[in-house]
Amino acid sequence: MTHYIIRRLGYSLISLLLLSLTIFLFVRVTGDPTTLLVEPGAPQADIDAIRQRFGLDQPLWVQYWTFMLSLVQGDFGNSFYYRTPVLELYLSRLPNSLLLAIAAMTFSLLIGIPSGILAAVRVGGFWDSAGKVFSLLGLSLPSFWVGLVLILVFSVTLGWLPSSGSGTVWHLLMPAFALGWYFAAAHMRLTRSSMLEVLGSEYIKLARLKGLPQSLVIAKHAFKNALIPVLTLAGVNLVIMINVAVVVETVFAWPGIGRLLYEGVTFRDFPVVQAVVLLGGTMIVLVNLLIDILYALIDPRIRLEQ
Amino acid sequence: MAIETPAIDLAPRFAFRLEGFPVLPTLILAGIGLLAVFAGSLAPHDPEIGSLAARFRPPAWQAGGSSEHLLGTDHLGRDVLSRLIFGARVSVVVGFTAVIVAGVIGTLLGIVSGYLGGWVDQVIMRITDTWLALPALTFAIFLTAVVGPSMWNIVIILGLVYWTRYARVIRGEVLSLKEREFVRLAVVAGCSKWTIMRRHILPNVLNSAIVLATLMLGVVIVTEAALSFLGVGVPPPKPAWGLMLADGKKGMMVGYWWLTVLPGACIMLMVLSANLLGDWLRVKLDPQLRQL
Repeated sequence: MTHYIIRRLGYSLISLLLLSLTIFLFVRVTGDPTTLLVEPGAPQADIDAIRQRFGLDQPLWVQYWTFMLSLVQGDFGNSFYYRTPVLELYLSRLPNSLLLAIAAMTFSLLIGIPSGILAAVRVGGFWDSAGKVFSLLGLSLPSFWVGLVLILVFSVTLGWLPSSGSGTVWHLLMPAFALGWYFAAAHMRLTRSSMLEVLGSEYIKLARLKGLPQSLVIAKHAFKNALIPVLTLAGVNLVIMINVAVVVETVFAWPGIGRLLYEGVTFRDFPVVQAVVLLGGTMIVLVNLLIDILYALIDPRIRLEQ
Repeated sequence: MAIETPAIDLAPRFAFRLEGFPVLPTLILAGIGLLAVFAGSLAPHDPEIGSLAARFRPPAWQAGGSSEHLLGTDHLGRDVLSRLIFGARVSVVVGFTAVIVAGVIGTLLGIVSGYLGGWVDQVIMRITDTWLALPALTFAIFLTAVVGPSMWNIVIILGLVYWTRYARVIRGEVLSLKEREFVRLAVVAGCSKWTIMRRHILPNVLNSAIVLATLMLGVVIVTEAALSFLGVGVPPPKPAWGLMLADGKKGMMVGYWWLTVLPGACIMLMVLSANLLGDWLRVKLDPQLRQL
């Protein structure tokens, strides 16, 4: 077990190094990094200061070392637009993104789990086909369009919900729906396949042989076990939701990390863009690590395989 | 006596092969393709030039609309129908070329990684894992911030972002192909590694690559639209559907619905069609990929 965890930790560490190296190289190789790292129209003294600080006249590996050193210390540079450290800015937006992600997750599970179970129980039936159509739509409708149509219907035509901003529960509803839509389809498909697997297992057959009614078999025996992989995926997806909400947050002017990324791009605020990519990638690498370790704890086959 | 050859009826076999063929999605994709090719002669107006006197005209069937602008005009008085038609060109060109760029990089690296194994495999797979951990849209936005947006930059960026999806799957296929008799025989016959990869492995993974490409088409088109929507995609005044959505958002609050609903519907139709066709191909061409 320890051996497995150490190996897995090693992989994650390599991934994090490669991640920083990717970002670092793309910035340096594609042109003069000073144009990205220095504010447009900055005085020569500032340009020189940045050159000095990142050692842009030094060989690449020295530059990488400097870059990594500042990252490890949590120094992602200063935002050109807000004139504050980028990390501070990021952390101040994180709670909003988390709130949106939790709301979207709640929504996607509320839709995904019941419809997945229904599809599995009535496999091949009407609900199964309806579920297939739904999941195809979920995967095909771009979230920004869903968001815009929601605004058109609920804000412009009906006037029920605020079209943008944050602060109340009402502000949260439409962005959560637009973001959760895609994931609802994914959760539905996983619930369905996981439920089908459980329904084919020995202990369900036993429960049926005991003469338990169908509803009890499903509610008490199958449901709980089928939910484990779904909830694991939901855990990963929560972190992913925080990092993929750029478009939804832009449509609804929700002040989260995605909106920060959008502002970063619009205001040519490169340190912000770089930090969002680096921190997002890091978050996902760490979550993958956590999940792998959890799975290894649950399932001995995984940790024994080489 | 003439020997009669038994007539082999091919019809049932083809019927089976084509069972459940998604006719409508294919027609829609072909239609969008034709629009893209013949945009120049099909569009009634210039998509990039409008007259400010004719701003925000509603579609023809609504009060105030005219047959001059069948689907209305936008905030600069440009004809929406013409912009949608030329927008198809952007989506088709970016979508197809980006899928091909990603497919070529991913398939080649997947084959090399799977067949050679060892440290080459380790390096390629670690890079694949790492890049897969980056949220695609965020990564693409970062790259546009670095190299600046232009249509061909977007193609290359999308190729760089999405090749990892191919590499993973293709490598898995190669790992099992490698153990098959015909590959082992080729090794015994003295073929070089490169010959085996080119002549024996590549043709056998092409099916999977094509299926993946069809499935990726929808993903790539949505990402392109999202980039344009965020203002870092194909630069204006070129009409891209995502860009039209972003522009339409401004007029939406006062009820100019056609500026958002129509381009969005185009994106949705194209993506849905690509996904339906991809799903069908996946089941038909490659049962192994069903688990994907």
